[in-house]
Amino acid sequence: MLKTLAKGSTIPVLVVTTAIIVFWYACVVWLNAPFERDQAERAKKEITFSQILPKTMEQKRPVLPAPHQVVREIWKTTVLKNVTSKRSLVYHAWITLSSTLLGFAFGTLLGIALAVGIVHSQTLDKSLMPWIITSQTIPILAIAPMIIVVLNAVGISGLLPKAFISMYLSFFPVAVGMVKGLRSPDIMQLDLMHTYNASKAQLFWKLRWPSSIPFLFTSLKVAIAASLVGAIVGELPTGAISGLGARLLAGSYYGQTIQIWSALFMAAFLAASLVWLVGVIDRRVLKRMGMAQ
Amino acid sequence: MNKTKKMTAPVIQTNKLSLTFETNDGPVHALSDIDLSINQGEFVSFIGPSGCGKTTLLRVIADLETPTGGSITVNGVTPEEARKARAYGYVFQAAGLYPWRTIEKNIALPLEVMGLSKKEQQERIARNMALVDLDGFEKKYPWQLSGGMQQRASIARALAVEPDMLLMDEPFGALDEIVRDHLNEQLLLLWAKTKKTVVFVTHSIPEAVFLSTKIVVMSPRPGRIHEIIDCDLGAERPLEIRETTKFLEIAHQVREGLRLGHSYDE
Repeated sequence: MLKTLAKGSTIPVLVVTTAIIVFWYACVVWLNAPFERDQAERAKKEITFSQILPKTMEQKRPVLPAPHQVVREIWKTTVLKNVTSKRSLVYHAWITLSSTLLGFAFGTLLGIALAVGIVHSQTLDKSLMPWIITSQTIPILAIAPMIIVVLNAVGISGLLPKAFISMYLSFFPVAVGMVKGLRSPDIMQLDLMHTYNASKAQLFWKLRWPSSIPFLFTSLKVAIAASLVGAIVGELPTGAISGLGARLLAGSYYGQTIQIWSALFMAAFLAASLVWLVGVIDRRVLKRMGMAQ
Repeated sequence: MNKTKKMTAPVIQTNKLSLTFETNDGPVHALSDIDLSINQGEFVSFIGPSGCGKTTLLRVIADLETPTGGSITVNGVTPEEARKARAYGYVFQAAGLYPWRTIEKNIALPLEVMGLSKKEQQERIARNMALVDLDGFEKKYPWQLSGGMQQRASIARALAVEPDMLLMDEPFGALDEIVRDHLNEQLLLLWAKTKKTVVFVTHSIPEAVFLSTKIVVMSPRPGRIHEIIDCDLGAERPLEIRETTKFLEIAHQVREGLRLGHSYDE
């Protein structure tokens, strides 16, 4: 048992996780202790470190909540709440997830379409690529409110504006990755198709597209994480009342740091799950194509 | 083997053919004044050091490069028309099989491009896989095959087009000598069976002598034909033929040709 554990990655992962938690608790004490000392001073009481220590871990509005407080909050707002409740983290996560997925789908399609255009037309390559790169240098926090305002003005609200922001972030890795992928066939493979007198469409579907699939999945992993960031950022400037972004915002308004951290953890969990899911599909597809050895 | 050779117009005919690449370091004369004619059913090897233009000449025949001077006809038409009529099958130095296709699907690739029916595709796949001795490997992926088998699959892919002509660019260059000997024998058998015209690029003297009916010795800077040597060893060529006096004489002649063409200066 121990031997198999030592061989795998279980023990190193456990060690690192434990180290992070220990470090976290240390920070909790360090960051929350001043408040306790302050309180004691105001009450004109003497307080020892051993008295401060437990108090730093059970504050209502800590500077840094302790891990167990966050876990308790997540437990309360997921398992113990009905998923349709406005206080359920699952409900908020779903709101964010739905616009993430919609934006991811848009972004993927847009990214692929742009890449196909760029690979097939020199004009598009020269004219589009600078804009695509420029688009990503604009801080998303600056452009997100604009998108929401403009779309609201034309009567689009709710899920779509957030999905647009997700799309804005996720099309970029897909476009860049797919341009590289569609251009990945070497000269010999292109020459081979040329000797067959293959049409442009045949060249695309029989050579360029299959060659680009590994590149596509690598890009999709980046894109889906970016989509989630986009959806959360999209919820911040709009004063949205639901979604993980809204939970973050509400938490910061009312100093509910535990709520902020639990929303953060939920977002991290969602991102990890989504990237993992893309990875699973990636392996399946490559295996079916015969490219996984 | 000359019994089958018909006295018709040459399959490939060049006249003062030349090709100059414009590079940043000035023009490179890859081919200069190439006069060559290749007849139906011949096995012609281009031999020479790197930079002598042997691959470039093959690529011009295949319409993968455009000559800058002189003229060339393939099957009596321009190389482009010949390519569009799928007059040749091209075998590259690397097998270049698609990793996402099984061996049979790889052989089906040109047939799909040609738009043949599924039934016709199946027939051609079976026939050509048998021809290169690969039956039983239909459903395997390229990475499951050895280098020699992959190259055989790529030959089957070229043959599946059923062209009159095979253009081969150092097809066995990346393989070890034992596999190479074996494939050389198989290629000869295949050539005897199919009676196709083969144009073969190599830098191995024994390989050229063993396979060819005609050896074109080329020399570099500018790439040109130094000498054309007839190689009349007959149709029956077991591997042992390489120890006969006749074989060694021709090999010596090729080597002398390469020397006189300054192929050994560097």
